[in-house]
Amino acid sequence: MSKPYTPTMPRNWWNTNSAFRFFMLRELSSVFVALFVLELLCFVSQVGRGEEAMNQFLVTLGHPLYMIWHAIVLGFALLHSITWFNLTPKVMVIRRGEERVPDVLVAGSNYVACLVVSVVLWWIVGG
Amino acid sequence: MAKSNEPIVWSLFSAGGVLTALAAPVLILLLGFAIPLGWINPSFEHLSSLVAHPLTQLVVVALVSLGLFHWAHRFRFTLIDLGLHSLETVITVACYGGAIVGSGVAIYVIWL
Amino acid sequence: MPDETTTLEIQRYHPETDQEPSFQTFEVPYHDDWVVLDAINWIKDQVDGTLTYRWSCRMGVCGSCGMMVNGTPRLTCAVFLNEFHPNPIRVEPLAYFPIERDLVTVMDSFMEKLESVKPWLIRNEGEEKPVEEGEYLQSPAQLAKYKQFSMCINCMLCYAACPVTGLESEFIGPAAIALGMRYNHDSRDQGREQRQEVIASDDGIWKCTFVGECSEVCPKNVDPAGAIQQAKVESTIDWYTSLLPWARK
Repeated sequence: MSKPYTPTMPRNWWNTNSAFRFFMLRELSSVFVALFVLELLCFVSQVGRGEEAMNQFLVTLGHPLYMIWHAIVLGFALLHSITWFNLTPKVMVIRRGEERVPDVLVAGSNYVACLVVSVVLWWIVGG
Repeated sequence: MAKSNEPIVWSLFSAGGVLTALAAPVLILLLGFAIPLGWINPSFEHLSSLVAHPLTQLVVVALVSLGLFHWAHRFRFTLIDLGLHSLETVITVACYGGAIVGSGVAIYVIWL
Repeated sequence: MPDETTTLEIQRYHPETDQEPSFQTFEVPYHDDWVVLDAINWIKDQVDGTLTYRWSCRMGVCGSCGMMVNGTPRLTCAVFLNEFHPNPIRVEPLAYFPIERDLVTVMDSFMEKLESVKPWLIRNEGEEKPVEEGEYLQSPAQLAKYKQFSMCINCMLCYAACPVTGLESEFIGPAAIALGMRYNHDSRDQGREQRQEVIASDDGIWKCTFVGECSEVCPKNVDPAGAIQQAKVESTIDWYTSLLPWARK
């Protein structure tokens, strides 16, 4: 007789193996990145309000708790960047004839672009 | 016809992903560490004129808006995957709505 | 029975008598060159003839013997006992499928999903080449565009690895999409538009959140995750181009 058993998806499916846990962390990185861009917006807004407002903001940012916060945010931002760059070769396949551009070059070019952007932004902001 | 309209939000998600992947780490280093700790010392005049520049304004609005859409798309699926399937419509509206509102705020703030 | 044995904990389910599955432990002979399938076959031959499971080629090409081995979808003909020995090996049916009996899953939904992407060469009306004109010629470069996606052996490990298939039963899944892309990228095919109805639908590529585990477990390096993301890019470009006034028919 046929009486199939249908297993139910456990509520904590994402915590049942390391790959799924890592996936969840990767997805949650978007929360921290979003919070940071809002923080960036605040900073720009404060700069627009004048030197006193900007300095006040920067003093607040100097607080050790903010240092810890930014360390966490940086960690998640790097998680996002690294996973994003490493997955790019799967999304963008470039072929010349039979040959496919090696994954390491596709991912590598992203890292190079990131480095270039970082240097340029550092130089622009540094003044 | 079952052709989806997901491409709109997916392209916003992707653009946000690329932009934040390239720019977020250095910006966090700058705003979170380099400037407050004095590793670099840009003058107020420099930052002020930088912020007033239309290109900077465009980049900031793009970062905020696309960064929010990137979060919205990912967070929507995350919440549904965590079991909140029954609230799908509410979640979708809240996430993308939040991103749209955030984008509006960004444009408003930058405009002033 | 040689001195050395290893322990297999196998999930059993008897639809006639059980309300739900349970585990049964077996001690099997340990040989350095045995795979998990060898151990399961030994159990069926020597201990319990009622143990029910699928297998065929025992060399990784038929796709029949997929099971969860210590929580990961594997082809049991390709997992050596020495990977785990002396620790016990837990064997369960592939995840996210209904269970017929013991280690046998109900595959019907998988077969339907494969079929839904029209996995055959489609030619436009009146563009079928008559036999006398010979074969459709294809260069190595044209073959390279879809070859990887054609290597699928329908083993369903990717479905067992994908949490979305467990959460959303209507999701057509990695193998089906990779199969659709195999035909979409085949120069002899003209059926992409027909497949997009299914592939680019909400139950198609857009349910995928790129966990990536499907590609990790694939024994044939088909990279279904890659196929899906590439399909997302293609569908997005389609979507935007269809907005252009001159693209509309």
